[in-house]
Formats: sequence, C-alpha cells, structure tokens
Amino acid sequence: MIRDKQLKPEEIVQSFKDAFTTNIEDSRIERRVTGIKKAGFTIIWLRVKRESFKDVVKHIFTFDEYPHFAVTSGYDMNENIELVYHFSIYHGSRGREISLNITVTLPKNDPSIDTITDLLPGAVISEQEKQEMLGVIVKGIPKNQRVFISDDFPEGVYPWRKDETGPDKHVRNLHKEEDKKT
Amino acid sequence: MRGASKTTYQLPIGPIHPALKEPVMFEFKVDGERIIDVDVKLGQVHRGIEWAGTRRNPIQILYLAERICGICSYCHPMSFALAVERAAGIEVPERAQYLRVIQGELERICSHVLWAGVAAHEIGFDSVLFLTWEIREKGLDLTEYLTGNRVTKGITMIGGVRRDITDDMVPKVKQALDYLKEKIDKVQHVFLNDKTIKLRCRDCGVLTKEDALKLCAVGPTARASGVKKDVRLDQGYFAYTDLDFDYVTPDIITGEVKGDVYDRVIVRLLEVKQSINLIEQCLEQMPKGDIVSEPKIPKLLATLKRVNGEGIGRMEAPRGEVFHYVRFTGTGNPYAWKVRAPTYNNILPWIPMLLDQQIADIPIVAASTDPCMSCTNRVAIISNNKRYIMNSEELHRLSIEKTRRLSI
Repeated sequence: MIRDKQLKPEEIVQSFKDAFTTNIEDSRIERRVTGIKKAGFTIIWLRVKRESFKDVVKHIFTFDEYPHFAVTSGYDMNENIELVYHFSIYHGSRGREISLNITVTLPKNDPSIDTITDLLPGAVISEQEKQEMLGVIVKGIPKNQRVFISDDFPEGVYPWRKDETGPDKHVRNLHKEEDKKT
Repeated sequence: MRGASKTTYQLPIGPIHPALKEPVMFEFKVDGERIIDVDVKLGQVHRGIEWAGTRRNPIQILYLAERICGICSYCHPMSFALAVERAAGIEVPERAQYLRVIQGELERICSHVLWAGVAAHEIGFDSVLFLTWEIREKGLDLTEYLTGNRVTKGITMIGGVRRDITDDMVPKVKQALDYLKEKIDKVQHVFLNDKTIKLRCRDCGVLTKEDALKLCAVGPTARASGVKKDVRLDQGYFAYTDLDFDYVTPDIITGEVKGDVYDRVIVRLLEVKQSINLIEQCLEQMPKGDIVSEPKIPKLLATLKRVNGEGIGRMEAPRGEVFHYVRFTGTGNPYAWKVRAPTYNNILPWIPMLLDQQIADIPIVAASTDPCMSCTNRVAIISNNKRYIMNSEELHRLSIEKTRRLSI
C-alpha cells in the first residue's frame, strides 16, 4: 500500500484546494479528543461542486490506495438534494485514521451524479439506495435495480423526499384509523 | 456467468429458508454441485426506521435505534448518541467513556458466542451450539445485572450512560468474567482442534484481501482476510485510546492469513478473549466521576433543540463498523438520519466467497460473515398462488378478534 507518507489534515485539505480551486466550495476540519489521555482524531468535511465530484473521489486515492467507504447519506433541501459521501483514509495504524465527508448538491430538476463503483465496487448498494430513496440518478450504475424497497412499492415515490414525491400520502397511522371508526 | 459447461440451473434460496436465520434472498446459478453465479436480494425487512426517526426527538430515537437490531441493541443507539454529541458539541464525562467501553465489549462477547453456536449448528455440530449458548446465558445474566435488561439494554443516554457500575458490583462482574474466560478456552479448543470443523471450514468461502478492501468489508470479515480495519483502534472513541490492545488477525494463531471461514472463526474467538481483557482493564482504570453530562432530560432536549449542524458516529460493532450520520436544523428532531449497519458492507463480499463453492457450503459461508438482517415489518401471505401483504391494521383487527373470542 502507498502509505509512505501520511499527510496531516491541513495538508489533505490544501491538496484538494490546490487541485480543484474554487470547485471546493467549503472545507472544515473537526478535531475531537477522547479518553483520559485526550487522544485526538480528525474529521474533514468538504463541500464540492458536482462537476468535480468524480475527480475529487479519484484524488482520495492519491492519499490511500484503498480508502474505506462507509455509506452515502442524503436529504431533501427544498430546491436541491444533498448527498454526503462518507470516506475514511489511513486505516490499519492505530489512531491515524481520518474521516473524510464529501457533500455534493444536486438540483432537483437534474438530480444526476456519476457512479463511483468503478473506483470502489463496494459502493453499489449505497448508490442503489440513493436512487430509490431520493430519486437520484446515478450515471453508470452497474446494477440499476431496487435494493431495499419491495417491487410492489409505487414508482415515483421517494421515501426520503420532503416534497410532493415524498411518502406522506402513503403513510397510514393506526391510531388515526382507529379514531375515524369511533 | 463464468465457466458454464453444460446445463446450468437456477437455485433460489430464501427469503425464508431453514438455512438462513433471517430473511434474505439468494439466487444461485449452479452447475452440478458447483455455484457459478450468485445474486443477493435485500429489502425483505426494510422498516423505514430512518424516516420514522425524523419524526422523533433525539431521546426518543435512542429507543427506536435500539430496536434496529436485537443483537446490536447497544451499538446503534450509542453510535447515534456519538453523532448527536459531535453535532451538538457535548463532552462526555471520563467515567461514562469507560462504562461505554464495558457495555460495548459485553455486547461483543454475547454476539460472538451466539454466532459460534450458530456456526456450529450450520455444520451439524449441535452439541457445540448448546455449549456456546450456555455461556451466552451467563453473558446475558451479566448484561441484566449491569443494565436491568437482557436484550434491549436501555443504557444509552446522549452525553453518557444511564447506569453506573458501583464498587460493590465489581466482584460479581469479575466473577462472571472468570467464568466466561474458562468456558471460552473450552470453545476455542473445540473449534481449533476438531477435525470435522477444520475439514468443513478450511479453504471454504475464501475472501481475498484485495476483494475485502475493494468491497469495503468491515469487522471480523475484513480482519479474517488480513485487512486491519477496527474503528476502536483506527479512530479511537470512548476510552479505547487509553487501553492496551491490538488488531486481531488469524495469523496470530496459524501464522498465515487465508481469508476462509476457518479464519473468521479464529478471529471471533480471539476477539471474545480480547473483549474480556478490555473489560478487566476498564474496571482497573476507571476514574471516579459523573456518568452523564446533563442528567435533566428536559434541559438536554432544550439544548438539542438549538443545534444546527451535522455529525457522524462510528463504532466497532460485533460485526464491524456501524455508522450513523445526523443533521439538525434547529427544530429539535433531526432533519436527516442515516444508519449504516455493518452487514450493509458485508453483503457484497458474499459473492466472491460463494463462487465455485458447493451448494452444501452455502449455510456456513453465509453465516460466516455473521449477517444481521433485523426483523420483519410486514407479513406476506400467499394463498391460491396470489401474494398479498397484510398490514398492521388488519393484523391489529385479527388480534383484537382473537382476544374477544378468548374472553367470551
């Protein structure tokens, strides 16, 4: 593994800024300590433009040949959908792992994003989940099928959306149904 | 499809099948006894818990998160608490950090011992199932002594834990640990020296280091393939950074890493011993002090209502990294909550593990990642070849009718 030189969190952020300049819209380094010995660890948050997203993910591989990918979180922000890709680098040496969260905004009229499965095959379930839960379109996804939602669930309803395509009209509250009867 | 010689057959296993402990669907393509292609279908048990969470406040979510999984009923709420604490900037008292380690390791012991029994059962070695579950019973007794509950522990609080371990409780805890230590040696002896176990598990269901890394496998599944991934060490949380321990890989015992079912057995058995040792270290080193940063729940909720930000919580659950993301927008309830249980990442490694194996090895290979699908949310009924889903209302009605029939 290419781990000869492990960069510091500031150097990692700077490296992204040097490579992608204004396409890195925001960056934040969160430092935490834990235990009696107050051992520290770092969480990096980056907000990137969609145009650079795939290249930003490729750039992570220059720090660590096999970055760990946990999952993608996502939520509906009225006009846009925001996705947060949770990576971490430098696992395998005690106390050295750095979390790297990359947020990218997709407009609702074109909620598409490139697949990262060519770089990290383990990301496919997460990408399938974002498609069915948020109505995101993952370009180049190797398995374009539902994963967690059953096949008889209606098309065009996305459980994590907060707009008219959200699940609200499909929600049935048992206590309210009971109230109607009495 | 690879290496198809003559006619191949489709072999569906699941969603409900005696070989699988929880609902998941496999579609195998087999050539004789040999598996040549695998597809895994998930979602038999999706309950929309994340969606339900955005309609509750963080304290209520602790109890909802506890019900994601019956075995990891500590890791999920605790990982959520970590995410909330980081989003809100809440510091956890040092004593609480040690108590959190103790609960986490106790859960790992119970989970791994349960798994060892299931694994033995899958290859028809039921006397070991009874031995391991007898040990697990003691683990559950200890859990009950420390938390008041055996399964859903109700121990997590944002900013700490809900119950202390007082000095007069320590002797009983140590006594239980001594019992576990002695019995685990016996289980380890059986697993490592029994010829049948070796014949069934060696070179079976291999996951290469390369595949484990590319597919982002986590926990014992990754470590058994020689990948040093363990959140407790990689990015220490709670009091783990103060304790003396190291990554567990199978070469500690055998001198080599093969990444097969046998290696996954070794890793889990060693981890049980490691967990007992970690609890002992905690009991020795635990400082005095508070067990929670803010004991008044209404005050804590008022603080959380003002939070505007996001946080991640990562923990090493018995099956690997559990990941929670939470985002607040100042309304009290989380705006977004994402839960990623370890099995989510350990599903894809099943495919290389199962390729070229025999049909009879499916149960043990599938069980070797210790999958956890969590429980079902709906009842699918098939009658006269028609499938329909029974919802909670109908079930509720049937239940009431039955009670009425009984009370007449």
